[in-house]
Amino acid sequence: MATETQEAAGQAAEAAAPGMPQLDFSTYSNQIFWLLVTLVALYFILSRIALPRIAAVLAERKGAISNDIAAAEDLKTKAAEAEEAYNKALAEARAEASRIVAEAKAEIKQDLDAAIKEADTEIAAMSAEGEKKIAEIQANATESVKEVAKDTAKEVVAALGADVDARTVTAAVNTRLKG
Amino acid sequence: MATEANGEEGGLALHPMAQFEVTPLFGGDTVAWYTITNVTLWMAIAVIAVTALLVLGTSRRAVIPSRVQSVAELAYGFVYKMLEDITGKEGVKYFPYVMTLFMFIVMANFVGLIPMAFTTTSHIAVTATMALLVFFTVTVLGFVLNGGKFFGLFWVKEAPLALRPFLAIIEVMSYFVRPLSHSIRLGGNMMAGHAVIKVFAGFAAIAAIAPLSVLAIGAMYALEILVAFVQAYVFTILTCVYLKDALHPSH
Repeated sequence: MATETQEAAGQAAEAAAPGMPQLDFSTYSNQIFWLLVTLVALYFILSRIALPRIAAVLAERKGAISNDIAAAEDLKTKAAEAEEAYNKALAEARAEASRIVAEAKAEIKQDLDAAIKEADTEIAAMSAEGEKKIAEIQANATESVKEVAKDTAKEVVAALGADVDARTVTAAVNTRLKG
Repeated sequence: MATEANGEEGGLALHPMAQFEVTPLFGGDTVAWYTITNVTLWMAIAVIAVTALLVLGTSRRAVIPSRVQSVAELAYGFVYKMLEDITGKEGVKYFPYVMTLFMFIVMANFVGLIPMAFTTTSHIAVTATMALLVFFTVTVLGFVLNGGKFFGLFWVKEAPLALRPFLAIIEVMSYFVRPLSHSIRLGGNMMAGHAVIKVFAGFAAIAAIAPLSVLAIGAMYALEILVAFVQAYVFTILTCVYLKDALHPSH
């Protein structure tokens, strides 16, 4: 009853001057009641269902992200290790290659040296033989010159008419040739 | 609710405040405390919208969120960070309370922007109830947590001793004015914006002004969308600030 009279008074006031419905106190209890119902309902919906769920989702996401970051870090170190291993293998291969090259060079040099030595000895032998032949030829030539000289001297002496012993002529020629 | 205008005669019937009337939903004209009114309807719509966003939107609990879920997470993170930044770690346990206020206000503001809607947050009865709830919670909490030290809030230790009693009077006054400013700021903003839109809508009945009027309504509507969010934000951040006073009353 009391509310009704209040209500009537409020409506009368409103009818008299179209004022602000915000200041119509007769509706306050209604608004406050429904507001409290709303807030309590909303509070329970949020605190019981919505907020824990969103918190869980956010935590899960945070966890997933940090896990992924850790995994990425792991993979990164693995990649670095693989690179290091690769570089090491490469360096080893290079060293091996240069070693093989050096060995091959040494072998070749050895072979070359041996061949040169052989060739040298052969050349030396051949030149020695040549020298011997030259000496022989020289000796032969001297002998021939002696013969020719003796014979010519004998002929020349005979032609000149002097009766000279052949032996004397030879001796004389020999002395001349030596001198 | 709509503004009727007798355009032909050029007579304007502006009823910018009619949209705020509380009327019973199912006939009758008495509004008792239990009557189901448009207040009930639009508060229920706000609750349903919040539930749709925060409960149904996150029902898949996806690590990679859908659009609705990211909005829900954004709202959660927004309020949580605000509360944590202002009140520190101790304030975090009041998060559901602050979140309830924020989600209700922001959603009531936004559903109130639907044409023909009733804006529950434009009523001083609603905003004052919320502001008083915050005020009493903070005051009770302040005394429960800090005992007599809560009076330190009014006793400014940095000021010279002679000045302190005067400052204490000012501090006490400002403390008791808080719920008033807290509630009128929200209610007044929502009411003014909606009333101005309605006034512009009434002017649209005059053919010559109609294009300008429509343009003005568009501009006001855009502004009101901003205001709807900003006022919810302001109400919540002030709640956080008051809560901080209860947790750390030292000035």
